[in-house]
Amino acid sequence: MAESSASFYTKSTNKYSGILSWLLTKDHKRIGLMYMMAIISFFVVGIIIGLLMRLELISPGRTIMDAQTYNTLFTLHGVIMIFLFIIPGLPAIFGNFFLPIQIGAEDVAFPRLNLLSWYVYIIGAVLVLVSLFLPGGPIDTGWTFYIPYSVRSTTNVSMALFAAFVLGFSSILTGINFITTVHRMRAPGMGFFKMPLFVWATYATAWIQILATPVIAITIILVIIERSFGVGIFDPALGGDPILFQHMFWIYSHPAVYIMILPAMGVVSEIIPTFARRTIFGYKAIAMSSLAIAFVGYLVWAHHMFSSGMSDTARWIFSLLTFIVALPSGVKIFNWVATMYKGSIDPQPPFLWVMNFIFLFSIGGLTGLVLGSLATDVHLTDTYFVVAHFHYVMFGGTGTIFFAALHYWFPKMFGKMYNIRFSQIAVALYFIGFNMLYFPKFIMGYMGMPRRYYDYLPQFTTLQRISTVGSWILAGTIFFIFGYFIHALRKGKKATSNPWGGVTLEWHIPSPPPLENFVKLPEIKDDPYDFSQLKEMKDE
Amino acid sequence: MGIAPTAHAESVDFVMLYIVAVSVVLLLGITATMIYFVFKYNRKKGHQPVDIHGNTLLEVVWIVIPTLLVLSMFYFGYTSFRELRDIPENPFTVKVTARMWKFDFEYPNGKKADTLYVPINKDIELKMESMDVNHAFYIPAFRIKEDIIHGKVNHLYFKPRELGDYDVACAEYCGLNHSAMYTKVKVLYENDFDKWLKGRE
Repeated sequence: MAESSASFYTKSTNKYSGILSWLLTKDHKRIGLMYMMAIISFFVVGIIIGLLMRLELISPGRTIMDAQTYNTLFTLHGVIMIFLFIIPGLPAIFGNFFLPIQIGAEDVAFPRLNLLSWYVYIIGAVLVLVSLFLPGGPIDTGWTFYIPYSVRSTTNVSMALFAAFVLGFSSILTGINFITTVHRMRAPGMGFFKMPLFVWATYATAWIQILATPVIAITIILVIIERSFGVGIFDPALGGDPILFQHMFWIYSHPAVYIMILPAMGVVSEIIPTFARRTIFGYKAIAMSSLAIAFVGYLVWAHHMFSSGMSDTARWIFSLLTFIVALPSGVKIFNWVATMYKGSIDPQPPFLWVMNFIFLFSIGGLTGLVLGSLATDVHLTDTYFVVAHFHYVMFGGTGTIFFAALHYWFPKMFGKMYNIRFSQIAVALYFIGFNMLYFPKFIMGYMGMPRRYYDYLPQFTTLQRISTVGSWILAGTIFFIFGYFIHALRKGKKATSNPWGGVTLEWHIPSPPPLENFVKLPEIKDDPYDFSQLKEMKDE
Repeated sequence: MGIAPTAHAESVDFVMLYIVAVSVVLLLGITATMIYFVFKYNRKKGHQPVDIHGNTLLEVVWIVIPTLLVLSMFYFGYTSFRELRDIPENPFTVKVTARMWKFDFEYPNGKKADTLYVPINKDIELKMESMDVNHAFYIPAFRIKEDIIHGKVNHLYFKPRELGDYDVACAEYCGLNHSAMYTKVKVLYENDFDKWLKGRE
């Protein structure tokens, strides 16, 4: 491989140096890393809030905070984790960094727009922070902002909502950029069905981002108008319809679940072939199931409302559709496991993270069936069972893959290798902490523990305690992971261009990549996971 | 645990058991297969990987079988749910009013209470309305809940078959004292209930 081009850390797209060369950069890789800094910071804030909530719940009654503080914290935990961490997490960091490289492009289609979307994200995040300190106090409505409570609450609801509105634009701009990039910037010879599956997943996600996000934007504006001017849209006291709000909220927020999980599924489809050193099983089935999820995912929103009092017809239709949307996710899992068949499996840390994911995400998906079924959902909706379910899907799914992606691509992004032994320990501790934290919530939910409760009945004490201890193990593990990554950045061994033996295009270029990504474009194979080229790659 | 306090609770538990049983089989199957492959095809063993691009028959199998499974889950969930919605004629109706952070009950004879007293083995229908924000009426032991919304009357139906006191919780977040919005449903023999209903408390 030609060594002529300097890495994107030393060579800049602009004439500035130092911090300005980053803040004004048009390089998709630098923008990805800037997202990473911001997103991980908010992730840590979200974790600390979660730890405080769990500590409060270690015993019934008041432990360390009052009810108003608790209500504020679970709202902020939701808002920060959803809008600032898990929605942008994978697309904005790893999508930005690797999507152009994986299709053989020099950058995204609109580099300036890309930088703008980072600034829009930062503005949205700052608005969330500002809303905490203005008179009125931090928002206490829950991240779902259900009306009428969100119209009556005297806290800074409008400001926090406006922040979500702004963050939505960041998401839309990124989506537009990725769709255009995939359509217009593919290297010669890179047909749609030669694209790596991470690109397919990010592409499907981008469509949801641009088609669903405007709905939440409109809804938010309507709530702000209602709060500011007393116009009756959703508030029944003013002649509005609170159920309409729930419909509009979930028309975005359910597809948003797929914005969160699809890119993670894409990462899984990258990692398994690399470490099994064989082609992916069912390439087209996996690619098409991403599109199927993106499409059917639009049609299931009202399963969040089975107890809202909507018509029985609506209830059974949405229940049926919800079961249908489970199928493409099942197809993916079966194909991933089949990809391990007759492979040559080297269970390095990224692969271990994926195994963690398959177990945790399967639990999340299968408990989704319990909630898709009408009779059981009526019992379990708005209980800890739902809390456990979506943490298994979002955190066990996307969160786990966030770590998988970090372990997979870290050497490529930073040119440094982390401690493998440490990361094996981290996988095991994460598994224990995660299940201790969230599994008891399934049981508590079935026993009738409602969610968003500052206090609880004495029969839940033991399970609540197990869960709190789990939160310490899990959070400790996550800080340990960040610790060994920071150590690797400073003192880690230099990573080679292809430490895992991957064959998608990012492994054909140096670590870290040069500014232009490719000095000479590698030959585009028919199968993105054609490991027969591995031999020639070593000679490069 | 003794007998379920309503027939519906028993049927919900059955649906739950069915879905969980299928899920456990799937989860263990997937996990065991994955772990088996990791050992069997471990790189240390040194055999050549085989590129298998897919198998249409397998794709069909693992779409069709899960489809049948989830359709059966849908069916059981739906039929059990119907028990809640097909309210028999002339149920005993209690009016429920929810407000931050309290439930109030009003009986046909005008009697008011903040605990829900009901007679055993009778069809009970709750007509529920909120005075302010969204609430939900949740009886975990009966496996039922329905939101209570301002400006809209939502219904909940049950038929208790066991005497006892059961917790009622608000399950839709409603602000500061949401977690204290608890009351009880007390199931009495019919003559005890009548005595209570006619009494002046």
